Amino acid sequence: MALSNVRRERNPLLRVRGLRKKLSLGWTYLILSAVAVIFLIPFYWLVITSLKPMDQVFTDPPTWVPDPILWSNYVDALTSPAFPFFRLLKNTLFYTVLSTTGVVVSCTFIAYGFARLDFWGKDFLFGVTLSTMMLPSIVTLIPTYVLFRWFGWTGSYAPLIVPYFFGSAFNIFLLRQFFITLPWELTDAARVDGASEFYIFSRIMLPLVKPAILVVAVFHFMWTWNDLMGPLIYLEDSTQYPLILGLSAFQTRFGVEWNLMMAASMSVVFPLLVLFFLAQRYFIEGVVLTGLKGV
Amino acid sequence: MNKTFNIDVPLGTVRRSLERSIHGLSGRKIRQNLTGYLFVFPWIVSLIVFTAYPMIASFYFSMTNYTILNPPRWVGLHNFEVMLTKDPLYWKSVYNSAYYAGLAVPLQLIVALALALLLNQKVQGIGFYRTAYYLPSLMPTVAATLLWMFLLDPRLGLVNAGLTALGLPRLGWLRSAAWSKPALVLMAVWSGSGWRMLIFLAALKEIPQALHEAAMIDGANAWQRFRFVTIPLLTPAIFFNLVMGIIDSFQVFASAFVSAGVSDSAGMGSAGPLNSLLVYMLLLYRYGFRYFEMGQASAMALALFVVLVVVTVLLVKSSGRWVYYEGGGRGV
Repeated sequence: MALSNVRRERNPLLRVRGLRKKLSLGWTYLILSAVAVIFLIPFYWLVITSLKPMDQVFTDPPTWVPDPILWSNYVDALTSPAFPFFRLLKNTLFYTVLSTTGVVVSCTFIAYGFARLDFWGKDFLFGVTLSTMMLPSIVTLIPTYVLFRWFGWTGSYAPLIVPYFFGSAFNIFLLRQFFITLPWELTDAARVDGASEFYIFSRIMLPLVKPAILVVAVFHFMWTWNDLMGPLIYLEDSTQYPLILGLSAFQTRFGVEWNLMMAASMSVVFPLLVLFFLAQRYFIEGVVLTGLKGV
Repeated sequence: MNKTFNIDVPLGTVRRSLERSIHGLSGRKIRQNLTGYLFVFPWIVSLIVFTAYPMIASFYFSMTNYTILNPPRWVGLHNFEVMLTKDPLYWKSVYNSAYYAGLAVPLQLIVALALALLLNQKVQGIGFYRTAYYLPSLMPTVAATLLWMFLLDPRLGLVNAGLTALGLPRLGWLRSAAWSKPALVLMAVWSGSGWRMLIFLAALKEIPQALHEAAMIDGANAWQRFRFVTIPLLTPAIFFNLVMGIIDSFQVFASAFVSAGVSDSAGMGSAGPLNSLLVYMLLLYRYGFRYFEMGQASAMALALFVVLVVVTVLLVKSSGRWVYYEGGGRGV
């Protein structure tokens, strides 16, 4: 009885405010969706063009739905001699996986040193590390190439793999920030118990930084997959080409078969999308698990 | 005076303090330092081999004539002389990169900020939109460039079809000297806004709601709140995106390389109509890896590096005036 009295006494203006709130929510969704459409139209165009027969690629007015849907475009593009997909994929995976392994292995060690150990010159060295993150890569490009030439490593995958076993500024920074947030009592207790630093690192700290390692691995994998300059200057034989070089060469060899070219592009992009969607969950889980913000 | 010193201090104490200074505290310190260095050792190697040496070598190579097949030959400032006074393509590439950066940097900032503002709302499903806006930046630049080359086809590409539908004239895009760089900028805005937007979004979320509410109580409307609450607190993020944006834009390579490639597979011909796509990095790449003139390429790299350092330093200095850090501190 008392409840219904309260309800009758509620301010009638509130109903108007509720309506206004619904309208502004409507506007919000409208604008969000309009922008999303603008952003995603190129993606949509990429996908449907890859499924179109050639005579529907350039029509006036544009064809928004391919008819028939040519899945065979993918077969044609990926088996065409101009785009030997499986070899390109194998090459890409080869150096990308090795490079990512290198980054994960080296940067966890190095970041642990910066975060949990103390040594003379540590802050200065870390400052230098941060500044190299801002260093335009252009200035190291040529001498590094000359160096690898001198080693005899040009024409191989070595320049794309070996440097990453020695660290990478951005990943060191990321992991170091993460290491710092781990509880100090754990390591202090272990040190008091006489554990060696390496034991502390491998048995205690490493299992705790898995989320950050995942982030580093995913980011580096994607970056390497997309990188053009590295493979472009160091790989000379077209049988060594990764997907990214195969794609950029595709256009000069295949002229204007846009539908096949879009299919080839999709084959290079799609794994990244899958990886992103899979990893997204880990990012969130990882952040939630550790209560860490800002990674 | 014959004075024999009586060592009143017990020998044990002396011995113990000697031990401490040799094996004890200081020994532990040495071990501690060694352990630390052991862990970061690979990075020190990397810094020396892949950062310090290249930077020094860059100076050296830029003053040589070096074609890889023959040892470097010292030429002093000759490369710079040629670059700045005799090479018609050099200033063209500078103009192209500056034009591109001048358009791309502000546009990317504005679009990223606009998107972040849009995403900074607590509505159901905002995560879906955030993913949608971020998706383009996942594409490899090469693939995105190919896609846009297709969309921007002057005769029957989707973009020109859209322009025609709006009653606007068709544009030549990558086939026209005037519109080829804007075409690159359009690509850059589409695929580059992703991570900039995330940085702005993170910064926006840090702005305490209490500040907005206080401003509202004082009677500020949405625009005023934006100008006097949001923007000042965003200046660190704006500063970061601005500096990184400039550094990235002057080094743009992949999109120009792929766009120019259609007309020229050997890398020798005109990069785009009237060399309008010949950005700085593309010319440098040609000198270094097509003509194998490492000296010339190094000179170009050094020149750009110096310019970028100067610009960065100027921006950092100016940031003291317009970047506001929460907690009262002034930037740098």
